[in-house]
Amino acid sequence: MDGGGGRGRELERLRAEREELDARIRLLESEIETGSAAPAGEAGGPAAGVGDGGGGACQACPGLAHADSLPADMIYRYSRHLLLPDFGVEGQRKLSRSSILVVGAGGLGSPVALYLAACGVGILGIVDGDDVELNNLHRQIIHQEAYIGRSKVKSAADTCRAINSSIKVVEHHHTLKPSNALEVVRKYDIVVDATDNLPTRYMISDCCVLLNKPLISGAALGLEGQLTVYHHNGSPCYRCLFPNPPPVAACQRCSDSGVLGVVPGVIGCLQALEAIKVATDIGEPLSGRMLLFDALSARIRIVKIRGSSPVCTICAENSVFTQEDFQKFDYEAFTQSPMSDKSTLSLNLLPESARITCTEYKRLIDKGEPHVLLDVRPAHHFQIVSLSRSLNIPLSVLEEKLPMLETSMKETMDASAASDKQPSLYVVCRRGNDSQSAVQLLREKGFHSAKDIVGGLQSWAQDVDPDFPAY
Amino acid sequence: MHLTLEFGGGLELLLEKSTKVHKVDVQPRDGEDKATMKGLLSWVKSNLIKERPEMFIKDDSVRPGVLVLINDCDWELCGGLDAELEDKDVVVFISTLHGG
Repeated sequence: MDGGGGRGRELERLRAEREELDARIRLLESEIETGSAAPAGEAGGPAAGVGDGGGGACQACPGLAHADSLPADMIYRYSRHLLLPDFGVEGQRKLSRSSILVVGAGGLGSPVALYLAACGVGILGIVDGDDVELNNLHRQIIHQEAYIGRSKVKSAADTCRAINSSIKVVEHHHTLKPSNALEVVRKYDIVVDATDNLPTRYMISDCCVLLNKPLISGAALGLEGQLTVYHHNGSPCYRCLFPNPPPVAACQRCSDSGVLGVVPGVIGCLQALEAIKVATDIGEPLSGRMLLFDALSARIRIVKIRGSSPVCTICAENSVFTQEDFQKFDYEAFTQSPMSDKSTLSLNLLPESARITCTEYKRLIDKGEPHVLLDVRPAHHFQIVSLSRSLNIPLSVLEEKLPMLETSMKETMDASAASDKQPSLYVVCRRGNDSQSAVQLLREKGFHSAKDIVGGLQSWAQDVDPDFPAY
Repeated sequence: MHLTLEFGGGLELLLEKSTKVHKVDVQPRDGEDKATMKGLLSWVKSNLIKERPEMFIKDDSVRPGVLVLINDCDWELCGGLDAELEDKDVVVFISTLHGG
């Protein structure tokens, strides 16, 4: 049995190698076709594009040194690269022959794609299934207002082509999933993880290990960023570092916690830099090291991390994880979180009798029913926008601030005509989850009339007041 | 023994006023000559963590998704829970980020 497993592993490795060779052949073929991005096929005709490129041709005919040089338009366009002694013609040539896949055309992917296009990679692939939204534009600088509502990949690819028409930009208009990831990733030499969620990060790492591709991984949230190169020069894969996923409550998202636009910009630029270093084999990539960026204190810390783990279930020598296993692996179940930054979990903590819809609540206001509206969002959310005459007590401090709510209830009761009757208490939050937890707590503490407004302010904007600002 | 402790990637939210950097004085536990990471973790849990300790500790170690760095080096390379600490060491606890 052991021998069979080892042979199976060997077979997969060979298949991966064959895929890689096929990818190179495709690249060379496309260079010969287009002619413009061809580093070697230009002067000597199609024949020069075969074999090991211009280098071989040059050695054969030392008098014709120019056969090895870049075409004139490339020399001018990339002259500042060529002037770098450590990069030079060789670096530019390697770059023009490399193919890099950027997964995610968001805050990280924007600068990555912009720089990789501008610097002249041979083939730039961009994969993303989302459309451009107005609230993306503060950080996703590759997109423009005119593209709102249209595909992010189309938008990003158009911008890249506008910057550099001599490279090949490939559009992958879908979310990367276990069912399609192998097929997409195997066409490229290097992968850049510019995604926004945990299950996708595990999936991309596993895929890169199976296909033996270096992975330039970046992440940003709030005012912090992180960057490293996985599965390259003995560095670990994502699973070596994080064999078990964190609890769901520890997974903050940009759509909940916010992010300063320039922070993913900084990390994305560094990802582009690492991708260029890996593609051209210059310098020391961040393999086995991790860069930690703290924007507020303007501190960058570069730390040494463990090497690839001999007991890693994915990348260890004796791993039994196959491409078939990968395609069947449920990454959302593994991490208990969705493969999207946007999808929201809807809690259902309360009986129907303890809930009220936005439209019902609107009718109660119109009837003038005396009530207290408690908004349990954090204070900085309340400052963005709130319903009129709502009282803000964040859920995290609700228990200790119950006297404040009692006072408000009493004032409302005193002001109303039927002053012997307890006023109603409605609880609202952004999406209708925290409000349910709050109602549970309030009912335990004796506020029996507390009801949750289903779907929160998001539903209010959708169902009652379309002018109410969404965020 | 003086240590500098840093918390990042959201872990600072578990501490008083979300302070990231803490200069602390920690003694070896009873019966031990030197302070170890194991001792430090339980000290941090009792002295610095103000809410949701399960977001920091799981069983005897840090929860999954937290990297621990001793003087800018992964604690896995320094002995993990058994790593011995020296005066003026800098220990960083950082939660991995997923956003982008």
